[in-house]
Amino acid sequence: MTSPTKAEGSGPAVALDPELAATSEVDKPKTLEGRSPGQLMWQRFRRDRTGMICAGVVIFYFVIALCAPLMTALSGTNPYTLYGQDPTYVDTNPILDDFGLPLGYFGGVSGDHWFGVEPQYGRDLFAMLMYGMRTSLYMALGVTVLLMVTGVIIGLIGGYFGGRTDYWIGRVTDFFLAFPQQLFFIAFMPVVTAFFVDPQEETPTYFRAVAILIVLWLLGWMGMARLVRSTVLSLREREFVEAAKVSGASPWRIVRKEILPNVVSPILVQFTYQLPSTILTIAFLSFAGVGFVEPTPDWGRLFAAGARYAEQDPAFMFFPGLALVIFILCFNLLGDSVRDAFDPKSGR
Amino acid sequence: MLQFIIRRLAGAVVTLFLIGAVTFFLFIAGPSDYASLACGRDCSPTRIADIREALGLNLPVATQFWQFMSGIVMGRDFPDGHCAAPCLGQSFYSGDMVWDTILDRFPTTLTLTVGGTICFLIFGVGAGMISAYRRGSTLDKFATGSSMVLSSFQIYFLGPIALTVLVYSTGWMEDPGYVPISEDPVRWFVGMSIPVVVMATIFTAQYTRMARASMIEQLAEEHVRTARAKGMTKKYVFFRYAWRGSLIPIVTVLGIDISSMLGGAVVTELTFSLQGIGRLAVNGAMTRDLPLTMGVMMFGAFFILIVNILTDIAYAWIDPRVRLS
Repeated sequence: MTSPTKAEGSGPAVALDPELAATSEVDKPKTLEGRSPGQLMWQRFRRDRTGMICAGVVIFYFVIALCAPLMTALSGTNPYTLYGQDPTYVDTNPILDDFGLPLGYFGGVSGDHWFGVEPQYGRDLFAMLMYGMRTSLYMALGVTVLLMVTGVIIGLIGGYFGGRTDYWIGRVTDFFLAFPQQLFFIAFMPVVTAFFVDPQEETPTYFRAVAILIVLWLLGWMGMARLVRSTVLSLREREFVEAAKVSGASPWRIVRKEILPNVVSPILVQFTYQLPSTILTIAFLSFAGVGFVEPTPDWGRLFAAGARYAEQDPAFMFFPGLALVIFILCFNLLGDSVRDAFDPKSGR
Repeated sequence: MLQFIIRRLAGAVVTLFLIGAVTFFLFIAGPSDYASLACGRDCSPTRIADIREALGLNLPVATQFWQFMSGIVMGRDFPDGHCAAPCLGQSFYSGDMVWDTILDRFPTTLTLTVGGTICFLIFGVGAGMISAYRRGSTLDKFATGSSMVLSSFQIYFLGPIALTVLVYSTGWMEDPGYVPISEDPVRWFVGMSIPVVVMATIFTAQYTRMARASMIEQLAEEHVRTARAKGMTKKYVFFRYAWRGSLIPIVTVLGIDISSMLGGAVVTELTFSLQGIGRLAVNGAMTRDLPLTMGVMMFGAFFILIVNILTDIAYAWIDPRVRLS
């Protein structure tokens, strides 16, 4: 498996990249220890400053989104109260003028309302953003995990068994890829929602969430399946898999012990690219008006509202937009760093 | 070549049929009853029965499906007139012929898609090539950095910003809108420029990064190095040898991206309140209008399939090693 030339040179002097060579020099007096590919990846990743900062930012987003109730407790607001219409607030502390536009500067930023308020209703933007991020991020996390698992299973089956199975799985994948995705999302959200709820009744929010999950899942697994299939296809012919086969390992064991560990890195890289794009798709659904609806706080819905108010109150858009740009930027940079850490050869 | 095109077209017809079937059965045979969906809340049973009768929904599902599919090939007769060959039925909601509605709205979407593609290919790929040519320079760093930031923007965020800056607060431009090009080319151009540029910006950034990476890879190829070693100028090698090779991955991605470009056009339409295919899909979904939704879906799928076939042909043209088979 390892070529003789490589085997001869495999002493401590062989380093995977120049940076590692430097550290192993320092470590020399200590005992040499083997490192797993995961540890090597982690070491490379830790040295990538952009990657570390971006990972920090992304984790920060997930944490504050998870702590949304805590954050709004700090600001003393909540995303559902109509501060501009509720008499208890309007009389003591008016925040909207006669036209329903926020008083004060920059969309009504004040000590009470940190990011300003929504025109017309007077809901608190900070609370809406926090809760909206919670909806979007955790929804997207669920969808992405589901997509990944489905894609990996289908890709593994196609790639490992090959032949006719692979052919038909390939055709089905092509078929799903031919769907006009965004149009399909828009057209089927109401239909899928109607699968669960009688249209004559109000749709509960979590049914909407389930409907979004199903629609995105149905048209989202193909990329992953293709990636895993092509990786497995090349792995299948490798010597260690042949060796496992010859020694009588069951297909399940081969898939689990020989193939799966080798597909982990492309899967992880794909995951970091897929998650932000899922977040954007969910935001797109809400933006188009078929995802989450009033009054569920959702990131995408803030943009729909922002586009509506853009003429009178452009400041409303600022905080949700800036938050999204920073988040997506960091996630994309993180994706690049993860890829570089797994595969140092793919340097830019 | 001809054989390839014929086979791909046949495949496209099968795919279209299947997409139509899936859309149809999800809509009709699913547990969601169209009539009550269309009727909404607080609807009397007799009213529902009337709707079902009027729309032919009480016919067997297979008959309904056959009517729809045969209508596309042969045309259909409705009580209020005949619907010629590519007949996608009659909108439940407005009673208009779906095909006519789509043809009426499609130019907007086409302008966005084609205009956007031309814009981002020129600026995106151009910027990528230049930054690869002058790799490591300030220009390269600027292009790479700004493309990273720009690609994180979304149409629905950048659009309102552009509107605020260019239209609402300064009044430099009019509110975007679609004027048919045959009517007034100048107003068509002015009216669509903001949406097209906003949509292109998002895609430009991705293509800058990709073109740069692909070009750098090409420049490291052996044939390029050999050409340089033979004494050809850097410029000549760059434009005659590496350029062509670096287009291959870009064309591949372009073919895959056509679906997301259509999606981008949908978002752009919604952001700028333009009346295109995307708006039509939203209307169809909101009003639970089956023929309209079917029509838009199949038209969108048709568009994507045709572009995919064209991409494959372009691919073979750029890279002679690719044999169409």
